[in-house]
Order: sequence, then C-alpha cells, then structure tokens
Amino acid sequence: MPRDFLQGVQSEYDVVVIGSGLAGLTCANTLGRAGYSVLLVEQHYKLGGMATWFKRPGGHIFDISLHGFPVGMIKSCRRYWTREIADSIIQLKNIRFDNPMFSLTTTFDREDFTRLLTERFQLEPSTVHEFFDHVRSMNFYDDQATTTRQLFDRFFPGREDVIRLLMEPITYANGSTLEDPALSYGIVFSNFMSKGVFTFEGGTDRLIGLMQKDLVKNGVDPRIRCNAENIMVHRGQVTGVQVNGRMIRTRAVVSNANLKSTILNLVGQEHLDRGFVNETSAVRLNNSSTQVYMALKEDERIDESTGDLLFSSTAPLFRTDALLSRDVTSRTYSFYYPRTRPTGRPRCLVVSSTNANYSDWAGLSSEDYEASKKDLVETTLVAIEKYLPNLRDRLDHVEAATPLTFKHYTRHVHGSSFGTKFEGLAVSRSLPEQVRGLFHAGSVGIIMSGWLGAINYGVIVANGVDAMLSKVETQSSDVANLVTEV
Amino acid sequence: MTLAEIREEIIDILHDIAPDEDLSELKDDVDFREQLELDSMDFLDIVMELRKRHRVQIPEEDYGELASMHRTVTYLEPLLKDVARVS
Repeated sequence: MPRDFLQGVQSEYDVVVIGSGLAGLTCANTLGRAGYSVLLVEQHYKLGGMATWFKRPGGHIFDISLHGFPVGMIKSCRRYWTREIADSIIQLKNIRFDNPMFSLTTTFDREDFTRLLTERFQLEPSTVHEFFDHVRSMNFYDDQATTTRQLFDRFFPGREDVIRLLMEPITYANGSTLEDPALSYGIVFSNFMSKGVFTFEGGTDRLIGLMQKDLVKNGVDPRIRCNAENIMVHRGQVTGVQVNGRMIRTRAVVSNANLKSTILNLVGQEHLDRGFVNETSAVRLNNSSTQVYMALKEDERIDESTGDLLFSSTAPLFRTDALLSRDVTSRTYSFYYPRTRPTGRPRCLVVSSTNANYSDWAGLSSEDYEASKKDLVETTLVAIEKYLPNLRDRLDHVEAATPLTFKHYTRHVHGSSFGTKFEGLAVSRSLPEQVRGLFHAGSVGIIMSGWLGAINYGVIVANGVDAMLSKVETQSSDVANLVTEV
Repeated sequence: MTLAEIREEIIDILHDIAPDEDLSELKDDVDFREQLELDSMDFLDIVMELRKRHRVQIPEEDYGELASMHRTVTYLEPLLKDVARVS
C-alpha cells in the first residue's frame, strides 16, 4: 500500500494553507503562533517552493534562488520567524557588472551607487539624490501609469548605460521590465539600496529546516506530498479543502499556489462573479527562467574576487525582449563559495540564471527539448570562460533547468518564476470579497515577489485571516452572552 | 483605558516593534514615520498586536489613523474605553 502522507491528520482545522513557498510558510507560522490550528499542505516532497535546493553526488548542494535579497529580511525573519534565522543573514559585498557599456564592482547600496553615478557616470550629484529620494518616496497607492522607462527618461534622458546599471539587477531579482509601473521598480530598488544585497549562511536547506522546526513548535501541521485538489465553497463561504482525495474541513483557506490556478482551477468559477473571473484571466504572468548548475571538483576553488553576483551581458543595450530571447545574451551568475555552508563540505558552485519564456520551451519535441537543454549548458560553459577560464575541465557536475522544470516542481502556470505582473496584486487582495474565508498569499504584483516580498505578504494575509476569524469568534461569543442573558 | 493608559500601551507595543528606538522623546503630534524608522510592516504589526491584546478590529481603510501618537490615541479611545489595561 502506498504511504499515507495524511496519516494522523485532523478532520478539521481553523486554517488550511495550500503551498509552502515563503509566503505560505510565513502565513502558516504567523497564524500558528496566534493560536489557530493550521494545516500546511505541499504537493512537492520538500517545503520551500522556489526557495529550494537540490543535492548531487560528490557533496554538491545547489541553491535555486538564495543569492540576493534586501536587508529587510533580517527584520522580517526576526519578527515572524526566529532570532537564529535572522542572525544567519549575511551581506554579499562583491556585486559585479560586465557588459559592452561598463565593467564595475559595487557593494550595491545607495552610498556606493551615488559614488559610481557621480564619479564614473558623470551625473550631477543633485540629480542622483533627487532620483534616490523620489524612488524611496514611492508607494503602492501612487500613480500606476508611469512606466519604469518613463521614470528613467525623466531623470537620466539618453543614458542607456545608467538605465542598465539601475535596472538589470532588479530584473534578475523579480523579472520586472522597463514596461512595468515605475512604482514597482521604485519600491523594490529602494529596498535593495538601503543596505545592499544579502544571503543566508548555511544555505536554503538550513533555512527551510529551521523554518520547519519553528512551524512545528508553533503548532502548525506541515505535510509534504499532499496535493490540494479542490477548495470547497458553500454559499459563498469556504468549508474545506480536498487533499489527496480526502476532505479536510476548515474555516479559512490561504492559497500560496499560483494566483490564476487558485481562482480558475481550485475554487470553481461558479462561486465567483463573472467580472472577477475575467479580471483574473487577464492577469499577466511574469516570465520563467532557465538555470545552469555547475559544481566544481572537490579540490577546485574559485577565487573570491570573481564576485558573489555577476550581471553579465554581451548585448549592446538593455532590452526586455533581448533578456527573454532564446538567443541568450544576458546571464546572471551566482557564485557559491565554501563560506555559503561553513559547516558543510567545502565546495564551489556556480548557478547561471537567465529569464526565459515558457512558450519557447513548451512546444518542443522531446529530442528538440533535450538538444536545447544541451545547447543551453554548452553556450553557458562557453560564456563563463571569460570569467573562469577552463571551468569545463574543473567541473564535477553540470545540468540545466528550463521553464518546464520550474513548472514541474512548483506547478506554477507556465513555470512563472516571479508570480504575476502588477495587476495580480489587486486580484489577490480582493479574493476574500468573492469567497468568505478564502485568501491568496504568494508572489504577485512584482512588489510582493522575491523572498522579502513573499514573506511580508504572508504576514499581511495572516493579518486578514486573523481579523476574519477573531471577528467570527467575537460575534459568536456575543451570541453566547445573549443566550445566557436570556 | 484612559487616554494616558492607551498611550502607555502604544509605547509598550512600539518597544517590541522597534527595540532600538529611543521613545522617551517621542512627540505626540508629529507623525511616527518622521521620528522613527517605521515601515508599513511595522504599522501592520501594531494593528495585529492591538487585536491580539484587546480584540480591537482596525479595518484596513483606517490604518492611516495610526500615523501619529495623538491620532492613534484619539482613534482608539472609543474602542478601548471599556477595556482594562492588562500589562
């Protein structure tokens, strides 16, 4: 008989969280800590969603999305997780750019960017300060019509080199483009610029392990290999979730699954306004990615001057369509040194990431798909020669992931690796107005994506769930009081 | 709770949220954000803490009422007048 991954599960919970990405994990933890009974179901065999890793023979551990989150993670992890997690967050100080317009190294904070922009790019200090102050003052409620391209044209007209410096890392971090609203750029860029770029010491496996420990301590019941098949709704109210064929009753559901599949597939359109369904269908997904994973032989080392993150491109100008093209010209390399896992086996690894369209990979025959994957590895090995000569001969293991790989593991529509475009946020936020007790927390609207965005959005949604559930309790205890008075 | 007690309670919550800030010089009629390094998540934490401690429901459209100490205390007064301060 196959193993029952729901063994010992209760028949009812206050909250069921579907999906264990960082938003789902943090939402579950916040609600568990507040005293609710919480079931967390994850279809994959490990927790973490896109915050994940995999192991290969020879002691190699590859991180998928570890390098490069803003300083705000320290505060969020201290408050919504543990001191131990917060204390393991360390800065990546060696961020490099190399493209036909410029080559430079930076600590990636406001001070160093101001220095670069005034000394090297010869901009007026007052323009640079105005730009930083302006993007810092942006918030979610601002005008959404201005695009990032228009913002740059206002402050730095004709300066394609400056635009590239300011935009390329943010595109790597959350998939946003020059055509997206300027405010989404401003919020994310300012988060990074406040103190630089950070990572988690011990690797993603340690982070998720510590989170799992805290979840259990706070009474959350996390279950892997448990697939949520349906969200049950009765008279506009959530009543349960069907998981691995079994019905679990609940008063609230938080879906950390893809926004579109949550609404269009898990709920059932008969429970929703037609206008809301149309609005959901119109939400644009962000692109997917390809990655090439390279592990060096046990005794091989990469010199640390190579950097922590390297934004490399051979394209003459920064353009969104060029970034997504199968004809890859831009790659972001994350370099992992033994210090990533100080207590683990000392290894050096490189992950090359490129934004990609799902459609370019989905229609291929299996031979063409394998050939394209091979070509992706091959062209990456050629491109990285410039920074790490003879890397090919020093490698112990190399493999690639495509948009189909991301779709396979996360079940995100089109393997989307950065959630949705800006309009997805409003749809996600208004879901509880459609079905009482139904919430969505996950990568949406660009500003709620990335590790920090996802964690904070998990807390924001937990607040909504808590408000709803505690209101119900207050009302029912009022009713109880009335009854006793009578 | 009296106005003074509500103020004490908010100071107590701010101590948890921003442990590194000196709150002894806090000006009640100036926005928190102009005096303290608070972001939108910090305001959300104040809302969550008030709900946890006193079961006060603050709807999202009222979050702006928490901009300064004076406005917060004024806003909370009718909601907390029948609640006893616990801590």
